[in-house]
This record gives sequence, structure tokens and C-alpha cells, in this order.
Amino acid sequence: MAVSLRVNGASYGVPAEPDAPLLYVLRNDLKLNGAKFGCGLAQCGACTVLVDGKPVRSCVTEVGSLGQSDVTTIEGLGTAATPHPLQRAFMDEQAAQCGYCINGMIMSAKALLDQNPHPTEAQVREGLAGNLCRCGTHGRIIRAVLKASQATGRI
Amino acid sequence: MNTHISRRDFTAGLGAGLGGIVVAFTLAPDVAVGQQPAALPGSLNGNRMLDAWIRIGADGGATVCTGKVELGQGILTALAQIAAEELDLPLERLHMVSGDTERTPNEGFTSGSQSIENGGVALRLAGAEVRAIMLDLAAKRLGVEAAGLAVADGVISAADGRKVTYGELARDADLHREVTAKAKPKSPTAHRIIGKSIARFDIPAKVTGGVAYVQDLRLPGMLHGRVVRPPSYAAKLEKIDEAKIKAMPGVVAVARDGSFLGVIAEREEQAIRASVALSETAKWAAGPPLPDQASLYDHLLSLPDDPHVISEKQAAVPDGARAIEATYHRPYTCHAAIGPSCAVAQFKDGKMTVWTHSQGVFPLRGNLVMALKLPPDKIHCIHAEGSGCYGHNGADDVALDAALLARAAPGGRPVRLQWMRDDEFGWEPFGPAMVMKAKAALSADGRIVDWNYDVWSNTHSTRPDPRGNNLLASWYLNEPQKPAPPGIIPQPAGGGDRNAVPLYDFPSQRVVNHFIKEMPLRVSALRTLGAYANVFAIESFLDELALAAGADPVAFRLAHLRDPRGRAVIETVAKKAGWKPGERSGGGKGRGIGFAKYKTLATYVAVIADVEVDAASGKVSVPRAWAAADSGLIINPDGLANQIEGGIIQSTSWTLHEEVKFDRSGIKSRDWLTYPILTMPEAPKVEVELINRPAERSVGAGEASQGPMAAAIANAFAAATGKRMRQLPLTPERVKAVMQG
Repeated sequence: MAVSLRVNGASYGVPAEPDAPLLYVLRNDLKLNGAKFGCGLAQCGACTVLVDGKPVRSCVTEVGSLGQSDVTTIEGLGTAATPHPLQRAFMDEQAAQCGYCINGMIMSAKALLDQNPHPTEAQVREGLAGNLCRCGTHGRIIRAVLKASQATGRI
Repeated sequence: MNTHISRRDFTAGLGAGLGGIVVAFTLAPDVAVGQQPAALPGSLNGNRMLDAWIRIGADGGATVCTGKVELGQGILTALAQIAAEELDLPLERLHMVSGDTERTPNEGFTSGSQSIENGGVALRLAGAEVRAIMLDLAAKRLGVEAAGLAVADGVISAADGRKVTYGELARDADLHREVTAKAKPKSPTAHRIIGKSIARFDIPAKVTGGVAYVQDLRLPGMLHGRVVRPPSYAAKLEKIDEAKIKAMPGVVAVARDGSFLGVIAEREEQAIRASVALSETAKWAAGPPLPDQASLYDHLLSLPDDPHVISEKQAAVPDGARAIEATYHRPYTCHAAIGPSCAVAQFKDGKMTVWTHSQGVFPLRGNLVMALKLPPDKIHCIHAEGSGCYGHNGADDVALDAALLARAAPGGRPVRLQWMRDDEFGWEPFGPAMVMKAKAALSADGRIVDWNYDVWSNTHSTRPDPRGNNLLASWYLNEPQKPAPPGIIPQPAGGGDRNAVPLYDFPSQRVVNHFIKEMPLRVSALRTLGAYANVFAIESFLDELALAAGADPVAFRLAHLRDPRGRAVIETVAKKAGWKPGERSGGGKGRGIGFAKYKTLATYVAVIADVEVDAASGKVSVPRAWAAADSGLIINPDGLANQIEGGIIQSTSWTLHEEVKFDRSGIKSRDWLTYPILTMPEAPKVEVELINRPAERSVGAGEASQGPMAAAIANAFAAATGKRMRQLPLTPERVKAVMQG
């Protein structure tokens, strides 16, 4: 059985069943490290990716449900050498300790800033309410998102 | 983990142990039998060869080996700063190798906020010694006195302008010698790299989807495994329908050894489905029930305990002194890493290689040797980072699980195993539940003239241990292995009694650690060990006494504290937060303070928190917190601030929300709904002021702010409501009960 999907602008065929969670296809077939397994229950947000610009939990999204939708992962935003403004801001603010939640924080923040380019601090907190951080990096994450929202150019 | 600082991509680093270069060298010097070598500082003592720590390459760069590992605390960056400073090399010419049983010194566990103290001092002295050796070689080559030479970026210059590089001298530098620890490290005034907020090396990969974690390791032919745990601790496996599972898509093998059960499949989702089906077919004989959670603390106090008097001072208590007492409780608490524990293992040609986020690859190997019945040289443990652990979670256990599955895998194929969320919550060793009873006498003039404090707790460490097998799966094998007997951690660091001896100057005091051997739930080291609960209790009680004495909490603390560094953090945070003596906010809003010197050996922290209490819903919120911290000489200010902030926010989560739920049949906290933690909208805004003390030794800070924050919250709650919360956490139900009581 093979299933096709579009990720970060490219099309792929993968040997997965249509009901396989998108997370494992991204990590194991496409070798994308960004989305993380945290709970498999859509409770923590570590696996967040964008589907047609909307944040979804890839751990509970069946790969066969995507059709022609565009999946964007954190690898689709930028690289360490040419980071997206959000990634740049997270580096500038040193907004990570273990960093395991950061994929979800950045992808949820991307969805937020696409809707609301200049959020208040309270809006940032609400926008990230479904993403859990355990190291206590909350303050730096909030500062990084606000900093990215102030950066010039498209977010 | 093997990290080249200038490398943007960690792929090569994570894969380095697999067919990569393994440099053979002796880690221990030849010591004649019966000869006792002189003690060396820090981790040098157990790892006495200079080239076990630092080697200089022909390119003039340095390979720096450390047994300490990255847990998300930024330690590899800080240790590189120390080594680069002493070597006079730029950071990008250091190649850090960390936590590898075949390549690095054995520094035990990365725990207890001791990496800067023990690992850092080793690299500081080894770095200074290597630099001195290079200077001597340069002096000989250039025919001048070593004292007249200057070093910058690995280039040694004579006064007449002639130069020679570390790379040119590397071949003649004999670093395979015992460390003398005699070379003098730089004075803090000469520091160029220490004291700077160097950006952490690991962050770029973590924010761009680079290879950063053991979870990201992909080896050729790699299979995926999952384990099936019993329904409760002592349940025994009676039967499974193996044929049914083997017929499922992608299933390669079912591994069973006694009551240990797992499955291996070609694809991860196939392994997960097979493990769910396997769990459904498995029949278990139930073990004995757990205690009733409603009477947990009475149950703990009813168990036999071994009392140790850890501090005693006697003085006559003046007539007319008032006796005041209070009892405090702390529940079982989860480490609750965001990413469940994970390991990759490969059993090939009689050798087991395990990639692990264990906090101690050498102790882990020791227990793997017992479980797998292989000699130590046939087990290679390589550290690769995992999700933050905050102490002893499932990291070591999953390494044995993966090894058992790898042994069942055909053709030496590697197996990657990540626990499911339910495995992590249900089987990780929890931070122990504790009871603290405090009793003091207050003189007529408002001074504490007598102090009695008793703490009851299980052990705070069941980490891998040479005296028994502490890896979970080993207890369930067909030939079950026995765990090491639980024990106390001696003072002054302490375990359950960590920070049980107050830093205050009381004329008369008695502190007793009641060590309870029997463990109703599986427990081990959670960040701070007993310090979180003891500081919560001591600092809450101090505020209760201040209230009874009619004194301001800040002034009351200062009146009982001589230690100048302790006084300084309290005074600094009071000023930073704009603390007003005698201020009684009330009306649902309040402010409180908490203070401790972690382990009574390490970082001083004072925290002030603002709290708001909604009496109707019982909800407690903590909008703001301020902290002042003194860790001696600061290595990386931003990294230190990040640790203090993180501790404050994590402590807010513990203090407001966290408690493991269980019933007679087993653990009921199995996901983020049944074990909620602090969310983004709830996180306090935190401001940290660091006090740098270049003349004082650098001490660890990763566990310093949690206890003070818990007390600051409880004290602010009391200021806001006039009611005292003595049982953690401050859940809405408990708050409503106290408000109505």
C-alpha cells in the first residue's frame, strides 16, 4: 500500500497505510526530525505541523486524510544558516532548554502570526496554550514570538 | 554525544560510535598495588590521565572529553567555555566528546547540579596543565623562558615576534601522563570566554528540525519496538497469543522473557498497533494492591523508619517562649518529560551498542552487564540527548528494554524504542511523597529560640547501582534480578533530608531524617530531591513564625541569618521586587518570599512571588516572580539565568498542579489530562538578578530556585487570604477547602 502527500512544497509517495499517523511518515519515511512524538493523544503539541496553514497535531492526523493538502513542517520554514524570523528569534532569545517542545511552539506561533502579525503578549500566551513546555522556558518563548512579530518582512 | 562546535549538523555526531573513529587510550594510570594516589580535585580524582580529558590535534584544535552530558541545561557549552578559556583556544576549535563508555572519563551521573563543580573543575585544571605543557615545549623550541611567552588562539609568541602553534607542537606533547593539578588556572580578571553569555551550541538544530535527540537517530535497517507493561507493579504474565501478534502487518518478532514483553516491527505505527493488540491478548495475575491514596501520608508514617539526627544544637529555651508547630505534605511527583524515554540498541557480533539519554552511561552499563550477562567490554553506551529529564526518569529503563528487543531482532538489526506516554507516566520512578513536621519556640521578643524539624521520606535515588539491578525490566525477567537496597544520601548534600538543616542561626535545634525503606510506589531522584519539600516547609514555617511574632517576613529572615551571601540575595530580591516592609496586601492578592542555599553547599537563591487567589473557584495564579541568585563565579550568565527561570516556572507547575494519582489497582495519572502541568497562559513573568562573585568557586544552579519558589507561592497565598496551605499542590479543591475551613 502506498500513499502520497505534499510536504514543504514537494510530493512524496510512501509505503504506509492510509490510517498511519502523519507523524511517523514525516519522521521515518521523510526523515524530518522537527515534529516530535510527545503523547500521541493531541494533548501536548510537540508534533504540530501546518496543514494548509492551519496547525494540526500530526500524531492523530491520518496520512490518508490529507489528499492534496500542503503540509508544512519546521524544516520548511528555514535552516540554521538561513532561519525563518521565528527561528532566528528563538536563537536570539536562547528560547530553549531541552528544546523538545520547541517545534510545536514555533509551528503554533507561525499559525498565530499568519493570522495576527502583531499579537499582544496575552494573545501569544493564548495562541500557545495547547503547547506544553516542561523546562520552564515559557518566558523566553513568549519573548521570542513577540520579537519575531516585530521583525521586518513577512513572517 | 560527540559534538563539533562549528558543525551545524549533528548527524555525524550522533552516528559517531557506529563505525566511527574510536580512539583507544587508557583511562586509568598504572598504580602499583597498595599505593594510594593523592586525591585530585573534582572528577580528576577518578580519571587521572591528562589525555583522558584533553588531546591536542595536529590541526591545533583540542578534543575535550567529558563524562557529563547535555540534558538541555546547556552544560556542554559551559564546559567548553571553561576548557577554551584555560587552553587559550577559540571555542570553535574545540571538539566536545561527551558520555561514551569507550571514549570519555567516567564522571558517574550528570546530576545534583554538580557538573560545573566537578566536571568543570577537572577541565579547568586539565586545560591549565595542557597549556603549561605547550608553553614548556614552545620555550624549548624557541630557546626562551616559558614565562616570557604569550598565548592567543593556540599560537604561542615570544617577545622577539617568533611564533609556534599548538598544532606544530602537538606531536611532541606527551599528554598521556597523570594529571598533577599543579598548573594554576587563570585568575578571573584574565577571563575572556568564561563569564560571557555564549549562545548554546545545541539550540540551532533544536529550532530548525536538525538532528538533536536520540529520537532522531536512524540507523540502516533499523526496526521499531514497543513494550507492553503489566497492569500493575507486581503483576505476573500468564499467557499471550503470540501467533496472533506475529501475523500482524510488519511484525518481525515478539520478545518475551518472564513477564517482560515487547514487540518489534518494520514500521513504528505497526509496532504500536502490535503492542496494543499484544496488551489485549496478554493475561496477567494481579499483584498486591497499592495503598489508599486518601490516607497516603498516614500510611507512610505507619511504615517502619530509620531515624537519623542530622543536626543538633542545644541551648536553654527562655521562660515564656511560645511553642508553635505545623505539618506539611508533598505528594508523589512525575518527571513528566515532554518526550517519552527512548533508546536505540544494536546487538551485533556479540556486542551490544546502546544509544541512550541516560544521565550516567557508565553506571547504566554496569546494570546492563548484570541484565544481559555480557562482559563490560561487550556493551558500549553512547549518550545522545533526549527530552529534558529533571532527574531519574525512564531513560535508563528504556535502554535495557531496547537492548532486550535488539537481542530478539534478526540479523543484528538495530531497534529504536520510544516509550508511549502511558508507559512514561505509569512506570517512571516518581519523586517521593514526603511528610515534614516543624516545631519552634518563639521568645517574647520575637526570636526563634528553639527549632525542631522531622522529615519522613523514601530514598531519593534508585539510579543504576553496582549493588543490584535498578533497571525496571530486570525485575520481570524469567530469572528476576534484585534491585539494590535503598539507602540514604549522606549529609550535607542529603536525599530526603536535602536542605532539611536550615541556614538560619538558631541557638537550639534538632533535625531528624526519618528514612522509610519500604516503597509503596516506585521512586527515585527528581530534580532537587528532598530540597523542594524541605525548603517549602521550612520557609513556610518561617513565615508562620514571623506572623506570630508580628514581624515582616524579610526582616524576620535577616534577623536570623548571619551568612553574608544569603543576606545579599534576600536584600537584592527585596529591592528588585520593591518589597515594602509590613505590607499586607490581602483581598485575594499577596506577595511572599522564599530563600535557600541549595544543598547548603551550592547556589543561594531568594525568590519573591505575587499570587492572586480567586476564592470562588479556588484558582491560584502567579503573575510575577523575581529572583536573586549567587552561584559564585558565573561561567555563562544567560545560561545561569535560564536555569533559575526554568526552576521557578517548573516549581510553579509542581506547586499549583502536580500530584500523581493512584488507586488500589495502579497508577491513574497516565496522560496530560490526568497529570496536568502549567500552561503558557499561567506561566509567571520572571526577572532574575545574578550576583557574580569571581573570588568564589562556581557552583551548580539547576536545582536552586524550585524550593524557594514553592515557599514564595505558599507565603504569598497566606498574605493574600490569611490562610495557610500546608499540603502541596495548591489545587482549587484544596484551596476551597482551606478557604472555607
